Amino acid sequence: MKGIAVSTTVNGDAVDFVCDGRETLLDVLRNHLGLIGAKEGCGTGDCGACSVMFDGQLVCSCLVLGAEAEGREIETVEGMADGDKLHPLQKRFLEKAALQCGVCTPGFLVAAKALLDRNDNPSESEIRYALAGNLCRCTGYDKIVRAVSAAAGDLRRQQKAAARRKAG
Amino acid sequence: MRYESPTNTREAVALMAGAKGDAYLLAGGTDLLVRMRGEFIDPDLVVDIKRIPGILEIRNTASGFSIGAGVPCGALGRDKALVRHWPGVVESAQLIGSDQIQGRCTIAGNLCNASPAADSVPALVAARAKAVVVGPGGRRRVAVEDIVTGPGTTSLGKGDIVMAIVLPKRPPKSGDAYLRFIPRTEMDIAVCSAGVSLTLGPRNVVKQARVALGAVAPTVVLVPKAARAIVGTRLEDDALMKLAAACEAACSPIDDKRGTVEFRTEVAGVLARRAAAIAYDRARGKR
Repeated sequence: MKGIAVSTTVNGDAVDFVCDGRETLLDVLRNHLGLIGAKEGCGTGDCGACSVMFDGQLVCSCLVLGAEAEGREIETVEGMADGDKLHPLQKRFLEKAALQCGVCTPGFLVAAKALLDRNDNPSESEIRYALAGNLCRCTGYDKIVRAVSAAAGDLRRQQKAAARRKAG
Repeated sequence: MRYESPTNTREAVALMAGAKGDAYLLAGGTDLLVRMRGEFIDPDLVVDIKRIPGILEIRNTASGFSIGAGVPCGALGRDKALVRHWPGVVESAQLIGSDQIQGRCTIAGNLCNASPAADSVPALVAARAKAVVVGPGGRRRVAVEDIVTGPGTTSLGKGDIVMAIVLPKRPPKSGDAYLRFIPRTEMDIAVCSAGVSLTLGPRNVVKQARVALGAVAPTVVLVPKAARAIVGTRLEDDALMKLAAACEAACSPIDDKRGTVEFRTEVAGVLARRAAAIAYDRARGKR
């Protein structure tokens, strides 16, 4: 079978790959590009473990074909930290023990970042609704919600400090 | 499997019309990829329509709104004019799935997937929406209720593509609403549902109405008798009870673990009453 050549951008880097028409974006990320952060939980868009950003939109990468990535911009959990410096969400997940087995964690981090990028002060209810597409069988969700809320506070403080520096 | 992403309508129609084996259209993919993964289908060709110019746009024109077949449901809620004119249609589309699904799923796909429980379809039927279909025979507009013929089947022919869903221009003092029953608060499929759209005349008397029910028959059903029960009224209690009775009479649901025949029938009437009340308030500018 002839492969499909795709040029795309993943976490800011230009990437080329060849995939089969049936392969999903999740297959491509994991099997061709070595980005194994996104996980396959269900393969049917129910669990959110494969969440990535696709042209600025939160999606389940198991429900996107690899071929659809041509010319698009993809962001995965691997692009979240700034070098060795973890994103506030990652730090708070560790600190609040918002994970046990960790399979769902990359999806939760990507979905939580999508929420905080559009709403820097979400209520508990808003956090729970925004993360309704991500399933976790270990934590009971409470620690995840608390970690996201704490990270939102961190980000607000960072923004305030940046604004002060700019003004001063 | 061959994957094609044509950049114009003619090419897309030619690919679908000329396909030898099993060919499927890809819009948001939230049904198609699940069916592929579950091996319910084995496509020889998938035609991704999202690179066709205009298909990702919502247009607000003199004759109403045109929602491109590739527009994700989440984008409907971000269009302020659309939300103002058709809040019921928008809320029906936004009940589908998680944020992840909302970023991809489309109302055109929801229609063509032809599930009796499709959330956006009762609201679209109530809204008198039409599908813009382009095929080998040219372009035509088909009433949304004439697209689905049964669970998983449509009246679309080989090579036909729904390019957009159009909502008519809204007269003043109009409102619509959609309600569904699910046994939880989020992320589920309708056990039964109701969409109502209405327009008021002088003294807030209902002048026109459309009532449609979901998940209580092989297809979404339009219930003209329920609409007649409230036309000429101000939704007094007896009018609402007649509307509910007409809805119950129109139900022929399945019996399964998610809802019995009795439950679905009764709740469909209740939801229609409540949706009518919300639509009425919206038409008066109250919600």
